[in-house]
Amino acid sequence: MDREEIMARINEIARDVFDNDTVVLTDDTTAADVDEWDSLTHLLFTNEIEDAFGVTFTLAEVTKSENVGQLVDALTRHLGA
Amino acid sequence: MYSFNELRRAAKTAAPGKARTLAILGNCSTQFLAMAVRGLAALEKLPLTVFDAGYNQIEAQVLEDGSELYACAPDSVLLYLATEKLYEEFLDMAPASRGGFADGVLARLEMYWDALGRHANAAILQCTFTEIPDRALGNFSCRVESAFVYQLRRLNYLLQERMAARGDVYPVDLMAVQAELGRERFFDPALYYSAKMAIGTEALPYAAKAILDVEAALSGRVKKCLILDLDNTLWGGVVGDDGPENIEIGELGRGHVFTNFQRWLKELKECGVILAVCSKNDEAAAKRPFESNPEMVLRLEDIAVFVANWEDKAGNIRLIQRTLNIGMDAMVFVDDNPFERELVRSMIPEIEVPELPEDPALYLDFLQRQNYFETAAFTGPGADRTRLYQAELAREKLKAAYASLDEYLESLEMVGTARPFEPAVYSRVAQLTQRSNQFNLRTVRYTEADIRRLAEDPDCLTVYYELRDKFGDHGLVGVVVGRRSGADTLFIDTWLMSCRVLKRGMEEFIIAALMDRAKKAGYRWVVGEYIPTPKNAMVKDIYKTVGFEEAGENRYRADTESFRPGKFHIKESEE
Repeated sequence: MDREEIMARINEIARDVFDNDTVVLTDDTTAADVDEWDSLTHLLFTNEIEDAFGVTFTLAEVTKSENVGQLVDALTRHLGA
Repeated sequence: MYSFNELRRAAKTAAPGKARTLAILGNCSTQFLAMAVRGLAALEKLPLTVFDAGYNQIEAQVLEDGSELYACAPDSVLLYLATEKLYEEFLDMAPASRGGFADGVLARLEMYWDALGRHANAAILQCTFTEIPDRALGNFSCRVESAFVYQLRRLNYLLQERMAARGDVYPVDLMAVQAELGRERFFDPALYYSAKMAIGTEALPYAAKAILDVEAALSGRVKKCLILDLDNTLWGGVVGDDGPENIEIGELGRGHVFTNFQRWLKELKECGVILAVCSKNDEAAAKRPFESNPEMVLRLEDIAVFVANWEDKAGNIRLIQRTLNIGMDAMVFVDDNPFERELVRSMIPEIEVPELPEDPALYLDFLQRQNYFETAAFTGPGADRTRLYQAELAREKLKAAYASLDEYLESLEMVGTARPFEPAVYSRVAQLTQRSNQFNLRTVRYTEADIRRLAEDPDCLTVYYELRDKFGDHGLVGVVVGRRSGADTLFIDTWLMSCRVLKRGMEEFIIAALMDRAKKAGYRWVVGEYIPTPKNAMVKDIYKTVGFEEAGENRYRADTESFRPGKFHIKESEE
């Protein structure tokens, strides 16, 4: 799975979790850019990504990723891609 | 089981109907737990509103009179103290005082329970404590009083003792959920440290199920009857082909599987679940193992209704349901044959038909996990009602021998009693208010603590009714709660009756005794009300039938001065 496919899947998850069909995530997107992205939905978001890709993030990856790009980096590391 | 993400999506919807309100109070964050409970309630069609108090709000909400908790008037309050937080408190204590840890936590719980009892009219749901095997002293911790494992197990034990003694607290056994899943699946350290939530997303659906099972029982959604197939379900092999002595049962080989299954079924029966048999067999052949195989744990007297013939099973299940007179949704049908299961499911959608595993060795564990027989009360020895149903079948046979209903009723030699609520029956009365759906005029659910309050309230007139006849004792079959409404009027808040004694004149007896007591207590008028539910249409006109006059929509009244009770054949006992 390349980064583009991962990004597409993550966008699907984001639209579901944030309950907003207009959300478009790029590497530079941060929580501040999405109204529905708060501390609680952040956890739902990372949890759903874990389930969808069959990985487990470390605590630091969950709490310290500053933008979507860093989260995708962490994900690709876990996927061994 | 659903995944947490499925529950999260479903949490945006709610099941239609009159919703109960559940308040969730935790010593940690409970947002995901509340979300899981909302979602599972929606998927299981249990109308429920959930109030989530948020992080560590127990004391603020419970102890303050005008708190949000009390403002939302909850029907039940869940108290969830995560062991992870308690463990931090434990480690911060001076080692010398740790021996009193369990007693200290229990005292805190009792303070919460008492405050809830003073401020709210809610059932208290108390979570048991999940274990953290911290291994500070390794296995040896089990014998050191100041070790955490020792104190935590003591806490769970003390909690059980207090709940048993008080009667107003309903356990949610989270410890059992963790024991089943294993701690690794139950607790997610990353979620705990990032959000202070101590139940991982993998375990949340199971925790939500435990909570909702208790909620369902409190709102009267309980299973009362288990219908069993015989060949390859209750024993191995086919009795018609193999013969009653050669079926697989006993302690040897695969027989052990069926013996242990029967042991559990017998335990269910002792706990009040009605067992019935529905088998495609020749009746005499089907009964033979029960009569003559010494390895059988279940005997014929354990089975309330035994149906064995070559008719289709859906029809036979309807026959069993009519005989027992309980709702189809209160029954579970267990059969090893996928064809029969599918047939019954498609013909009777309300009945629960578990998708039994193929290997009989897994039946018992599988059925135990489903937790079909959650209850909100237990009446101890005497819970077993099998004999009552068997006596009922004997009455039905007698009835056929009499020309008129009056002659038959007279021949039953019925004796009734009517007495105010007293402590010995609080539990049974509460149980009836929770479980009666059909003959129940207003379907008000009460906990044992509520029943005690009603009994002690001078403005309430409470009566419980018992009935016996020459075939046996029906036990407690009717409940009436009247409340003062103005100077000379008694309002019937609750009138319910067991459907087992329908058409015996018990309705007339109940009203006659009530009118008599109301008059003696100085009431001129008795007012009744019928609140329709999907299940209680049978009592729509009952007040008119027993001689009340209409007084508005679904409201009726009678004058204690001039009331003349209908005819009945029940003598009131003087005891």
